[in-house]
This record gives sequence, C-alpha cells and structure tokens, in this order.
Amino acid sequence: MARIMLENVTRRFGLVIAVDNVSLPIIDGEFFALLGPSGCGKTTTLRLIAGLEVPTAGRVHIGDRDVTGLPPRERDVAMVFQDYALYPHMTILDNVGYPLKVRGVGRREIRERVGEVAGFLQIAELLERRPAQLSGGQQQRAAVARAVVHKPQVFLFDEPLSNLDAKLRLEARGFLKHLQHELGITTVYVTHDQAEALALADRIAIMNQGRIIQVGTPLEVYRRPQTTFVAGFIGNPPMNLVPCRLEVGVEAAHLVGTTFRLDLTSLRDRLALTLRDDEEVILGIRPEHLTFCGQGDPFAIPAETYAIQPLGAECVVILLVDSTTLSVRLFTGEPPQQTGRVWVGVNPERILVYRKSGELVLG
Amino acid sequence: MRLVRLVLTRVAFYLFVTLVAAFFALPMLWLVLTPFNPRGTLAVEIPSPATMANFRLVFANAFAMRALLNSAILGIGGMLITTLVATLAAYALSRTDVPGRDFLIYALILFSSVVTGTAAMVPIFLLIFYLGLIDTLLGVILVFTGGLLPTAIFIMRDFVEGIPRSYEESALVSGATPRQMFQDVVAPLVQPGMMVVAIWAFVHVWGAFLIPFILLRSPTSMPASVAIYSFYTEAGTPIITLTSSYALLFALPVLVLYLLVNWRYGFRFFGGIKR
Ligand SMILES: Nc1ncnc2c1ncn2[C@@H]1O[C@H](COP(=O)(O)OP(=O)(O)OP(=O)(O)O)[C@@H](O)[C@H]1O
Ligand SMILES: [Mg+2]
Repeated sequence: MARIMLENVTRRFGLVIAVDNVSLPIIDGEFFALLGPSGCGKTTTLRLIAGLEVPTAGRVHIGDRDVTGLPPRERDVAMVFQDYALYPHMTILDNVGYPLKVRGVGRREIRERVGEVAGFLQIAELLERRPAQLSGGQQQRAAVARAVVHKPQVFLFDEPLSNLDAKLRLEARGFLKHLQHELGITTVYVTHDQAEALALADRIAIMNQGRIIQVGTPLEVYRRPQTTFVAGFIGNPPMNLVPCRLEVGVEAAHLVGTTFRLDLTSLRDRLALTLRDDEEVILGIRPEHLTFCGQGDPFAIPAETYAIQPLGAECVVILLVDSTTLSVRLFTGEPPQQTGRVWVGVNPERILVYRKSGELVLG
Repeated sequence: MRLVRLVLTRVAFYLFVTLVAAFFALPMLWLVLTPFNPRGTLAVEIPSPATMANFRLVFANAFAMRALLNSAILGIGGMLITTLVATLAAYALSRTDVPGRDFLIYALILFSSVVTGTAAMVPIFLLIFYLGLIDTLLGVILVFTGGLLPTAIFIMRDFVEGIPRSYEESALVSGATPRQMFQDVVAPLVQPGMMVVAIWAFVHVWGAFLIPFILLRSPTSMPASVAIYSFYTEAGTPIITLTSSYALLFALPVLVLYLLVNWRYGFRFFGGIKR
C-alpha cells in the first residue's frame, strides 16, 4: 500500500504531447479513476506509473520513493492489461504464478499461493487450462489473480472491462470494487466509460488532450463540472448545455435565449461579479433538473418534443429548443402526457453558468 | 446437358492434376526405387530382385561417409548460428525504433542473394583466405550464415511482430528482468518461427554445392553434396546404382527433419489473446 505522486509529468511522442504537465496526488488505499475520451493520454499516464514509459519531464513517486528512473520490476506494482495479456503457452497456474516465479519463490509455495488466490477469485477449477480455453470473464479474473498474487503496493487497470459483454461488465464492476475494498490496495483505474468511473472510484480525474481537467469525488464531478467538457462527458444523458446571453442590469439579471428569458435576479450580484452585461454564456442544467410545466412559469422554456425513451424506472424525453436539444429525465417512468409543443421548467437552484470559453462561473 | 459438361470439366480437371502430380512424383519414385535395383537404370522400375548391395558399396566408401558427417556439421552449425542470431536480431529490430530499418532489411536481403550466389565468389574466397579459414568448416558456416541471415531476420521479424507487446510488458510489470521476459515469454512464442528458419537454413546449407566446393580443399572436409562426385567414373558419367543410393541417404535427413518438426510443432500457433 502506498500513495502515488505525479509531479509535473510530461510525456511527448515526437510532436504529440500525450501527457501534458500532469500533477496528481493519489491517496494511499484509494480507488482512483482516470477518465477521458479516446487518445487523451490515460493509458500513457498509467504506463508512466508502471514504469513502461519514461517521462519526458517531471517525477513519479510511489510511497516514499522517487521511482522516476526505475524499471517496472523495482516499483512493486501490478497491472491488468486491456487484452489481459495472459501468456498463451502457459497454463493458468503458471500464468498466475509467474510474478512469484520471477521472484524466486519455490514451486510448492507458488502452488499454494496461487491456489489461495484462485479460490478467492473462483478460478480454482481452471488452473490446468490454457488461456484460450477460458471465457472472457474467466480470463479477466485470471488476469486479476496474476496481479494480486504477489501482493503489490499499487494496482493498475487499463480498461479491464471493455472486452466483456454488457451483463458481465456490470458483474465484474461489483466484483472489482469489492476486491479493492477487501485488499485496500491503492488502485488506478483507466476507463473511458463515465458510468464505470462514477460507480467504482473514490475519486475521479477527468483528462482531455493530455491534461487533467478536474479531480474530485464522483458526486463533486457530477454536480459541479468545472468545464463544459466535463459537463458534457459525465452523466447519461449528459448535462444540457444551452448557449444564451446574459443581461445584467442595476437591479435585475436575465438569461436570454432565442425563445426564452429566465429571471436570474436572485443571482444578480454573483453574476455581476464575474460577467459583463450582454456577455455570451452557456447555461448548464442536468436532465433531472428539468420538469414539464405550464406556460406561466417564470423559469419555463418553450420546446418541441423530439423523441421519448422509456427506460423502465425512468423516462428520458428529448426536446428541441430552437436548434439545440434538451434532455429531460422523468423519474416516474411514465411518458409525459403532452407531446408536440411543451414547456419545461428549469430548477433555478440547479443552474450552472459557464463562460463561452467553457469554465464554470456560477454553480 | 449442363450436368454432362460439369462432369466432363471435372474429369478433365482431375486428369490434368493427376498428370502434373505424376510428372513431379516420378523422379521421387525413381529415387526411392533405383538404389535397391542391381541394374543402374534411368527408368522407373520395381527392382527384381531387390538388393542391398549398392548400399553396402556406398557404406564401404569412407570418404563418402565422412562427407555425410561434414554435411551434418555444416548444416547444424549454420542452422544454429542463423536461427539464434536471426531471432535476437529480429527481436531487437522489431522492438526498437531504428530509423530506416525496413530499408536496411530489404537492402540486406537484396545483397544476401549475391553473397550465396556465384557473383561474389572471388571476393568471398579472398575474404576467407585472408581470415585463414580456407579449408575449414567454420569458414563455410560463416559464409552461409552471412548469406542466410537477412532473409532469416525478415522471416523471424514477422513472427516477433505477431506477439502483442502487452505480453512482454505484462512480464516486466510482473517483476521479470528483460532476460527472464525473453526466455519465458518471447522465446516460447516465437519457437514455431525459429523452427521454420532452422529447417530452411539447414536445408539450404545441406544441399549447397558451390561454396563448399570452392572454399574446401582437402577431401576429408568435403560435404556430401560434393562427395557425390566420387561415384562418377573417371570419364565423368555417374555410376547410377551408387549415386542413387548415396542420393537417397543424402535426402533422408531433410525428410526426417521435416517430419519431426511437423509432428512436434505442426507449424501451428497458440491462439490466445482476446481482441
Ligand atoms: N508509443 C507511442 N508513440 C507515438 N504516439 C503515442 C504512443 N503512445 C501513445 N501515443 C499517442 O499519445 C496519445 C495518448 O495516447 P494514450 O494511449 O495514452 O490514449 P488513451 O487515453 O489511453 O486512449 P484510448 O482510450 O484510446 O486507449 C495519443 O494521441 C496517441 O496516439
Ligand atoms: Mg488506452
């Protein structure tokens, strides 16, 4: 168990800056997720921690040691690869026992310790098989077994669930979270699936183009995304982002869209502090903070029903407001009575206001 | 009508295939039958009565027997060095960024056909002469290794590149040293490729005539491909009974080697990784 510190770490590949001046403290024993779109540098960051990449600049610490120049074997980490990388020519026993074998542990003890781990991960009957004779879920557990068998200080996962089908993925999610909780090993988990990150992690870092955009607990990043990028990435459906214009008078303040005018007078002072009158802004509101209402509501926006998606426990309605779409999440599960031309009310306490450039100014 | 045509084309096709097969099979048949025939003949005929007398004569020829041993030394030596060096070189070339490595390999392949060919015989002779390796088996082995390596590296590189890097990286993160990683993970996975290269190199050296003929002087170091000429008459015509027997002995190791590897490895691969 150990904390991990990335200090101003940069990794370039020729002209591409895969990881750009990243500083991250990862707390001892926490489940930390690296979340971001494809190509944003998540895998590279993980490999920098593992020692499979060397930073162009910056330092990496694990525990109290500066491991920046050390090869992987001296870092006492374990990694589960996206393709699991189980050696096809070895049995599962030899695969799982490999970290022990290279550490010079004797055959008898390897058998014993692999047996223990295998029992815990429910692959005990598979030890004599080859990886090709295992199902996807079993392979995943074998790969995890190989990672835990020598009790590393740090666990690294690179999208370990992306090769599983949807049902198995949910199962494995619960299993991984439980496992991490049992072992208490510091874990860095790379994924591009925001739901996975929210479900698993104690804290999440959202990356884009090699940079860390925001770090926080799942609730923090869900409730107060620091940029429109994070807002649009987290949540399913993601946050509604509506471009509008701010009118700040001496007394009053309004958010003005092409078809609506929301009274934000109660927030006037805070808005006037950071924004100018007539500035272009972006209104951010989660789908669950919109409700259907009547025309008279002061926070109502006129819209056109576009599509209705009943999901059982809830119902997502897609609306058209001028040229942008709005998603509304209804927790009743019942599809709305009215269709066609409707009014949706915005919960003013849940409004987030972003600058046109994307950073959060009010929320 | 259609059916008749279909049947006729089928029949014609199989007839053609049979003819082609027979054309290529006849020399093999001759090679297997003639050594047991008391009469030397160029016709394919069942020997009656079958005899071992030809073999007895061949076995009695110490020079020819010694030549088979020399061939084995050359073949195995060339095979071992070529396979080992090619594997390591292919691995290095595939896993590091050498600028212009593709060009390098293609250029080498192009030149290698010169090395084992006739055109470079004089410079190679001089080179080996100045190295003091004329009339040594080592000299011949080195020339063959040099000539075979580029193509061997090219073949091996394909095999190495077929191994996902995550295997190696996983081994490194598991705590293996680079050497352990190579031994435990890379070597077993490229073994089929090493077998392909090994057989190819062995067959190449085993059957070669020109280079050993030129670089070796004394009769005791001649390989079988040269020694077969000891079964010619002074006038230069082959004594068919003896040459065919010797040729059969000469062909056997290659055949056995191929069957052995095919039985052991079957040139199959372990399928394993999930993509
Ligand atoms: N070995 C390399 N050589 C050159 N460029 C690289 C190398 N590895 C990564 N890159 C580049 O660095 C950037 C980040 O890559 P990385 O693999 O870290 O992304 P990622 O966030 O893991 O994406 P994904 O979700 O698709 O796996 C990409 O633009 C990629 O092309
Ligand atoms: Mg990746």
